[in-house]
Parts: sequence; C-alpha cells; structure tokens
Amino acid sequence: MSDELLELADRVIGWARDDEQVEVVVGRSTETEIRVYEGDIESLSSAGTAGVGVRVISQNRQGFAYAGTLDADVLGEVLAEARDNATFATEDEFLGLAEPDGVPVPELDLYRASLESVPTEDKVALALELEASVRAADDRITGVESAEYGDAIGEGVVVTTTGIRSAGRESACYVGAYPLAKQGEETKTGFGFSVGREPADVDVAAAAADAARRATRLLGATKPTGGRMTVVFDPFVTAQFLGIIAGTMNGEAVNKGRSLFAGRLGEAIANPIVTLVDDPTDPRAYRATEADGEGLATRRNVLIDGGDLQMFLHNTYSARRAGANSTGSAVRGFKSTPGVGARAVQLTPGSNDQAALLAEVGEGILVSSVSGLHSGVNPVSGDFSTGAEGLRIAGGSLGEPLKEFTVASTLQRMLLDVAAVGNDVEWLPMGAAGVSLVIGDVSVSGL
Amino acid sequence: MSLPDLIDHDTLSSTLSEALRTGGEFAEIFAEDKSSTSAHLDDGRIEELVSGRDRGAGIRVVRGETTGFAHTADLSAVGLAAAARAAAAAAHSDDGGVHEISLDAHLVDHPSPPKVRPGDVAKADKVALLQRADEAARAGGAEISQVAVNYGDSRRRVLIANSDGLLTGDDQTRTLFSVGAVATGDTGMQTGREAIGHTVGYELFDRYDVDELARAASQRARTKLAARPAPTGEMPVVIGPGGGGVLFHEACGHGLEADLIAKGASVFAGRRGEKVASELVTLIDDGTVAGEWGAYGVDDEGTPAQRNVLIENGILTDYMWDFLRARKEGRARSGNGRRQNYQFLPMVRMTNTFILNGPDNPDDIVAGTDHGVYVAKLGGGQVNTATGDFVFGMTEAYLIENGRITEPLREGNLIGNGPGVLAAIDAVGNDFAFGPPGTCGKDGQGVPVGDGVPTLRVPTGLTIGGQAA
Repeated sequence: MSDELLELADRVIGWARDDEQVEVVVGRSTETEIRVYEGDIESLSSAGTAGVGVRVISQNRQGFAYAGTLDADVLGEVLAEARDNATFATEDEFLGLAEPDGVPVPELDLYRASLESVPTEDKVALALELEASVRAADDRITGVESAEYGDAIGEGVVVTTTGIRSAGRESACYVGAYPLAKQGEETKTGFGFSVGREPADVDVAAAAADAARRATRLLGATKPTGGRMTVVFDPFVTAQFLGIIAGTMNGEAVNKGRSLFAGRLGEAIANPIVTLVDDPTDPRAYRATEADGEGLATRRNVLIDGGDLQMFLHNTYSARRAGANSTGSAVRGFKSTPGVGARAVQLTPGSNDQAALLAEVGEGILVSSVSGLHSGVNPVSGDFSTGAEGLRIAGGSLGEPLKEFTVASTLQRMLLDVAAVGNDVEWLPMGAAGVSLVIGDVSVSGL
Repeated sequence: MSLPDLIDHDTLSSTLSEALRTGGEFAEIFAEDKSSTSAHLDDGRIEELVSGRDRGAGIRVVRGETTGFAHTADLSAVGLAAAARAAAAAAHSDDGGVHEISLDAHLVDHPSPPKVRPGDVAKADKVALLQRADEAARAGGAEISQVAVNYGDSRRRVLIANSDGLLTGDDQTRTLFSVGAVATGDTGMQTGREAIGHTVGYELFDRYDVDELARAASQRARTKLAARPAPTGEMPVVIGPGGGGVLFHEACGHGLEADLIAKGASVFAGRRGEKVASELVTLIDDGTVAGEWGAYGVDDEGTPAQRNVLIENGILTDYMWDFLRARKEGRARSGNGRRQNYQFLPMVRMTNTFILNGPDNPDDIVAGTDHGVYVAKLGGGQVNTATGDFVFGMTEAYLIENGRITEPLREGNLIGNGPGVLAAIDAVGNDFAFGPPGTCGKDGQGVPVGDGVPTLRVPTGLTIGGQAA
C-alpha cells in the first residue's frame, strides 16, 4: 500500500539540492461506479488513478508541476519542470513548506479493507435494490433517472525535505437515487443518498424513502407571495449555506482582502446561539482525514464561538503571512499546490427538532432545496440570492408546497438573523453537516 | 493533420479484439494526451506556474443496454489489454469469440488549428502578460484593492478507435486569460471579472489587449460599489448581447440532450415538430465555429463536429445525440459525444450554443421597455431539465426606467422556467455576439463550451431575486 508511494516520494526527495525545499505529493485511488436503469446495469466503471505532484521552493520562489502517472521515468521531468517554473515566480519571504508542529496525528479509522473484497455483483445488487425501493415507495414515482452505487479507496502521501512524512488511506462508498414524480402534467425531481466507509454502512431504505419524499412533496407547488419573512432551512440547505460561510473564513482570502470578515477577529458577527466548528477529526464527517494536504495533523478549529469570530483557517503559507500558525487546513490533490479549506463544518446543535422549530416560527417558509448558490452568492461582498423550493409554514406546521421563488439577504445579516438551530444533525456527502436552521427577516420574491 | 501517435495500429486492433472476447457488441478506445500550463498572479505576485501532463486511455464495451468501462494511464499493449478485460467484464455473454478488427483511418480537419503553439512561447512572456494586466487593473483607481490574473493553455491530443473500424483523432489547443478585480468602498467590497478563452493558440493575444480586459474588470467592480440592491419580483428583463447566452444553454440546451430525453427527464421530450418558443427564436449548437471555446474537429467518440439546428423559428427541430442514444434510435450522431477526459464515459454535451440574430434594433428594445432590468452579463446557472426551472446569477445588471438604462444593480439571481421564457420572448436584436468562455458541468464532468445571444427581451416569466424589499 502506501509504503510503495512513500518510497516513490522518498526517491524524489533524495534528488533535492541543498539550496531548495522540495515537497512530493503522491496520490492513488481506485473507484467503482455502477448505474442501473429500469432493472439493468446501464454502466459499470472501474478504474484506477494515480499521480505525483512536486513543489519546489528555491530562493523564496515557488514552482509546481505534476504528472498523472507514477511511471518512474517521469519523476525527474516533473521535478525539473517544477524547478524551472519556480524561476518565474515572484520572490516571497513567507513561502515555505510545512514543518512538523508537534500536533499528534489523530487515529480515525477511515479505511475498511472489506471494501476491496466485496464482489461487484453485490454492489450492483445494492443499486438495483435502491432503484426498486424508490419505484415502490409512491405511485406518483414514474421513473428513476439514475440509481447508482459508487465507492473509492484513496491513498495519499506527503514527504518534504523539511521533515514531513505523512501517509493516509481512506475508503468511502455511497448509494444515490434521482427519481421523477408526476401528477397530471407536472413533473418534480428528488434525490436521496446514503454514505459510509463500506457497503454494509449504507442504508438503502433510508435513501429510497428520502428520494421519494423529496420528489413527491413538492407536487402541486405554486409561487408564494413575496415579502420579508422567517425561513427555516432544511438540513441539506443549511449544509450548503455553512460551506459558503466557511469559505469566508479562509485565511488566504482574508490575507488578500477578499473576505467580508477580514479584520473582524474577536467581533460579534453572529447571533450568540451560533457556534461553528470545522472538525476533520470527527470520523462521522464525510471528509474526515488524519492529515491535511501538507502532511500536518488535522485538528478541531472553532471558527465562531457564541457569535464571536474566533479564527481563520490557514495552511502553512497563509499562516506565515498572517503571523499565525497553520490550522491543518491545507486542501489539495496531486495536481495543485495547497489551498485553504474547511472539511467538516458543523453548528453546535440546539435542543429542538424541526417540528418544534416550525411550531415556534408559526408563519414562514421551509426551504427544502436551493439552486444557483454558486452564481447567486458573492463571498466577497456577501450578497446572497438563491432560487428555492419549499413548503409554507402556517399555524406552526407545514402547509402547501411552493416553487419558483428566491431567497435573498446578505451573509452578514443572515448570521446575525439566525433565530434557532435544530437538534437534527445530519451527516452528508459534503464538507459540512446539515441541521435545521431558522433565519429571520430574509427577502422572498414571489407574486 | 496526422493522427496522434499515442497507440500503434496493431495494439489498437488487438485491444479492441480483447475487449470483444466476452461477447460485447461494440468496443472503443479513447486515448488522450494533455499537457497544460497555467500561471497565476494574485496580490501583486506571480504566485505560481503549474505544468501538468495527463495521459491515458478509457475503454468501453457495450452489450445491449449495458456499458462496461475502465481506464488506465498505462498505454502499453499489456496495460490496455488489462483495461479491455475490466471493461468487458460488465458486458459479457456466452457468445464471445475472436473478432478481427480492421481499422480505417479518417482524418478530420480541426476548425481552428493554432497559429502559435503556446508550448513554443517562453514562460517569461506569459508571466509578463499577467503583470501588465495587474498594473492596468490597479491603474483603475484607488478603490481597486485586489487583483487576480490567470493565464492558462492546454493542448489535448485524442485518438479514437472502435470495433466498427473507425480510427480518427484530434489535436485541440485552447488558451484562456482572466482578470478579477476587487473594489473597496464605503459600502463594502464588490468584484468585477473579465475572461477571454478561445480554441486557438497564443495568437489569442493578437486579437485581445489584456490591458483593456483588465480595465474593464476593474471598471465593473468600481461601478458596482455604487450599485443599489437588485429589485425583487417578476418584471421585464432585457438580456444584453453576448453575456446572456448562458441563459439558453441552461434554459433549453440541456433539455435538448438526447440522454435526458430518453429517460423522460426533460420538458422537451416528445415535442419534436412542435412550437416550443417564440417564432423569433432559432437556436443552434455548432461545434465547428472556428476558435470558439466549445469547438473541435471530432467529438470524444470520433464523430466530426457539426452545426445542428435545435429550434428553428420557434419549432423544435432536433435534439443533440451521442453514440449510445443515436444507436438506440437508429439515427446519425450529431457530434455531441464528449467527456471531461479519458477517465470518464462520454455523454451528450453541448458545444457552442447560441440564438441567431432577429429583426430588432437593440436600442429600440430598451427604449420600448418602460420598467425592468437590463442584464449585461450573467454568471453561472443551473437547470432542472425535468421541470425546466432554472436559476442564474446576474454579474452585471442595470435598472431600466422609462425606456432608459439607469442605475447599476448589485448581484442577485434570476429564476424562471425554460419553456416559459422561450415562449415569452417578444424582441430579438440584430447585434449577435458570443459570450465569455464557459465550463459546463453535467454529472460531475466539466467540458469547455461557448454561447452567444443578440439583445433580446423576456417580458414575463423571469423573477429577480434581489435584497430590496
């Protein structure tokens, strides 16, 4: 396993000159993806990917190159190309590779050997079972656009001339279904999935029920009347929202004046009930990992504590520029230099489930899905506008379905307008956990 | 051109034979060799130059409705045979055997072969371009607080061989440049971005002045500092030339992809020959437009790019097709089978998608709009093809008051329904332009696409999602 990758990285490190720092990242993954359609296998893909990336820092200049192969004869070329690229970069005193910082690497048990021995037929059976369960869940389900099973085993090593020698291995698998529901001339779509580290972890029945519920509960939706009102985000929507918030606490963006929270450390930026943590050492998190993209131990980072902005996330470079320490938040593949990113963002849960939150809200809208977040949110200005679907909240409980409306505010205001956090934490195949979230005073467009 | 020498003729034949040994009906090898360079300036510094090289092959075997697929970075006969066996495992039956494959090479001309290969240009010249753009953007005024500039080029050589005897290939060079500026003022920060990208070589910079591009980006960021919150609600929208093309890519293009049609996951399923849009609308997808971002010689299944009329004067004329869907329907492919790289299966994708010119004078369209929003540039968008509902970000928009473009607006989303918008269009200008380069995402695969549009008006059916109450 990783020994082979470490050996390969060590070989390149052995070629480093005295006057340069060299970092070698080697990644390798094997993946299976099975799609079924109407009871048959539509496609079955199995593949391995591997590659190596080399970063050179010489005379305070940085260069990088990669190759999508582990062929021994390209290693020298990649190193030479990275060296050459460094000569064109601007000198920067803050450049430097990570150095061991004494933080112990957590042992998270993210790899299951069983994944490698599960026969393909069993994986196909999971996808077929999912498709059949979704179809059987509701008469209004007229088809399943795609039902799939996927898994991956990823290994990665980082070795540097500065004393980093890190290796990790993770396994993951998921099932997902995308059904179509029809009522008269109207069509709605839904999705449901379940994730785990090995096939035994995935819950096909739960994924099927979710998919069917999402597809059918919006049938008959109409446009709401617009105005300013309280909205409740479904856990899946909250997870997407938290991902954007975490992006504004990226130390790289802060350093370069591209974050709306730059210069606001220690200030109250959210309602006091908001405590936001990025914790990649939580093994329940889909993107949990023991070491970051520079080989440093991952750690629990408290971003907002009781409404106060506590810290920004950093990799080695952004930390040096900010006069801080790396928070173990370097993210990258072998094809790029390390960026900064959150992996496992979660809100400290409140004490009420969604039904109790709805009763408290009384009148408003439950936002069940949003679209166009990548285009409608500007993490620099904070402008927030998204297309949405959901259900009316009337008299403290869910009413009729609603569609084709937008929800708009600014990120700054939304954090301050958080009125309650639910207790229904949901781990999702993304970089944040979902939970029901009540936000007051947003602008809803409609008729 | 000649075929890329990624895999020799005999190895291609023997690999295809191996792939069909277990009873597959069709086998295909897609080999790719891509080299790329990117350079990035941010915060006044050349942060990095990155060189990348990706090489490998994807093999698929089709039997009935089932496709088996495997990919490998090992292009030796042994590596390819192993991938062929892995792909064949999913598509096996008892009637396998030895197939002799004889390949017949077809050379297809690329619509815009590069005049200056970016690989032949000194890295120092590329870096100098970044620095020039940075200076020009910062010269835009004291409000400009940050500038990022990106340069990228890629050369992608592909070789496709299949068990029907097809052997073809393509050599695709693309060059990209973008400038993003941040302006800071009393009201906070605003951003402006300009990008150019064409399927050409380094001669891109003979056609475009990076200084001008940089000035435009910083001007946009500064203008938005004074912008007011976008209004909220349904109102008439005038889409400006070029920058609004992505609306039609999302709002109708995706719904015309034959794979979604086949699964009933499109509002346009079963509607060929019907009127689906205002008669002012003629929608084209054309992979042969020389130099445009979505252009190529052959698609990733070896079918030559072509010009496809999707909607003609409001009538839905045809969908877009790849190998699998065309095979099932017993019809010709349309040159729309694409994949992100050799690690993915191909599927139906757009190339350059655009609305043809109409009869109207663009100034008259604005003058004839009493109150509404003028969208000069749309950002990314997203569509649910099954319902036709879409959403877009407006990255440059203005208020229209009494037939005149007045104040700039802050960012906001635009939502609507594809068939609804197509039917509602009541004016199409004669000032067609292509928009900036795009990357279209579908099922986790990104491919370069182009789009374009003349000025046009959507009087009803579009809702602006602004912060204004």
